[in-house]
Parts: sequence; structure tokens; C-alpha cells
Amino acid sequence: MKLFETINELKSRHDYAGLVELIPYAKAISVETSMVGEQIVSTLNFQENNIGNPALPALHGGVVAGFMENAALFHLLWEVELNRVPKIIDFSIDYLRPGQTLTTYSHCDIIRLGSRVALCNIKAWQDDPDKPIALARAHFLLANNDPLK
Amino acid sequence: MSTNINPFLKQVSRTPHANFLNLKLVSAESTAVTLLMPYSDNIIGDPYNKVVHSGAITTLIDTACGAAIFQAQNNTQAMATLDLRVDYVSPAAAGKNIQAYADCYKLTSTIAFVRTTVFTDDINTPIATATATFMRSNKSFSIN
Repeated sequence: MKLFETINELKSRHDYAGLVELIPYAKAISVETSMVGEQIVSTLNFQENNIGNPALPALHGGVVAGFMENAALFHLLWEVELNRVPKIIDFSIDYLRPGQTLTTYSHCDIIRLGSRVALCNIKAWQDDPDKPIALARAHFLLANNDPLK
Repeated sequence: MSTNINPFLKQVSRTPHANFLNLKLVSAESTAVTLLMPYSDNIIGDPYNKVVHSGAITTLIDTACGAAIFQAQNNTQAMATLDLRVDYVSPAAAGKNIQAYADCYKLTSTIAFVRTTVFTDDINTPIATATATFMRSNKSFSIN
């Protein structure tokens, strides 16, 4: 519960940058948050140790996936009134282009927001939003994992 | 019975991001490998309960899949992930190293199909399962 309380404190202070400081993995892969209009947006700064294929060179596909999972989580945390931190149920990603050694941007859409589950689509791109490097979708559990009544 | 381990597998964990996560080769079979991701501060998603971030698990899976394909191919030909689907069936216990067993169960001329099971202590109580497809290439995967 402590994590959820801390996130709510950050939200009340509009401290979107504090979210990255709070989540060690997000900080480790060099996620950055900003506000575009009313929406929180996650970007992934390039760093050498995010490379998966040094010959191309290209970002590690896992880092791109981890960035997109995290972007969806941040989006839900910031845009929706929740009772707890959402738990990822599943994640599916299609890789469209190699991730170059550039900044990666993301856009999240909540496709369905139920009382127990949310479905979020995530797009990641670099130099051109019309040429995404990956598209992904994730389900998150919003409710407690209590036995069904 | 011993399996020949593709010597190239040792290098896979030396690519910059695999090295950053300190991924290690545990074992290999004819078409399958087990990789280990040591528990570390870098992979934490929940700093209070010390739960590992799902993104780090996805990276372990993607890397293990690539290693399994190298092992199944028995060469250094590169591959590119087409798609990857992960089910996070239960959270990893805090402080535990995480292992991924990836099996490249089918290679066609162009595509590799891989199934992965992720666990901490016992493969029969997985924390995640995944299925992925990869595009094969005739270019060599060069580390240096």
C-alpha cells in the first residue's frame, strides 16, 4: 500500500518527474516523464547500456518492451482514479523497426477501463510518429485479487 | 548425456544491456537454454515490497529466446524479434534471482518459434510464461 500512497502524494503535487525517481527500473533504463497538455508522456533517453545488438547498433527489444510496459503503468496511474497500483496481467508486443540509438517516444491509449481490468495500447516511435518501432498492448488488474463471490 | 553448448552463448550475455542486467547462462540443451537474471536494485519496480519490474522480466525472456535460437541453429546468425507475448502469472518473491527457460521448438527457413517459462526456485511454479516469434537472418550477430 505504501507505493500507492507515495504515488498519490506525487500526483497531488503534480510531481510527474518524481515517478521515475520512485521506480528503480524506470530510472535504470533512463525513462523521463513530461506533461503534454493534461497527459503524462514517457520518453526513453538513449544510453549505451540499453543496446542489445552492438553491430547495428540497436536498442535491446526487451528495453523497448519494458519502457512501453512502464509507460502504460504511468499513464494509468496518472490519468485514472485508482484504489491500488495496477498489476500487469499480460503484455504483447509487435516489433516493426529496429530501435535506433535515439530518444524513444511513447503514446498510450486506454482502450477499455472496467472496474477490475484495464486494456491499454502503447505506441513507441523515434524520429517519425507515423513510423512506430513497436506497438504493444497490456492488460492490468485494477482490483484486489480476491476470490470471486 | 551431455549437450554441446554453442560457445557463442557466452557472448550473448556480454551485449551492453544483457551485461547491465548481469544475465548469466545456466545451462543448455539441444534447442533450449536457461538464463539467470540476478536480483539487483536496477530491476526493482516496487521499492517498498522489492518486487521486480515486469519490464526486466520481459528483457530476460527476449534475451533467453535469442540464446535458445543461437543454440538451436548452432551458429551465430542474427535474429530479430517479430512479436512477444508474456503472461505474468504471479509476482516474483523479493530478493530472488530469476531464471528463464527458453525452448526454440521450431525453426523454419525464415522464422524461429520460441516458448519460455520464467521462475525463481521451481520451473513448475512459474512467475511468467511467454511465446515469441523471430525473423531469422543470414547475417552474423557480431558482439564487437
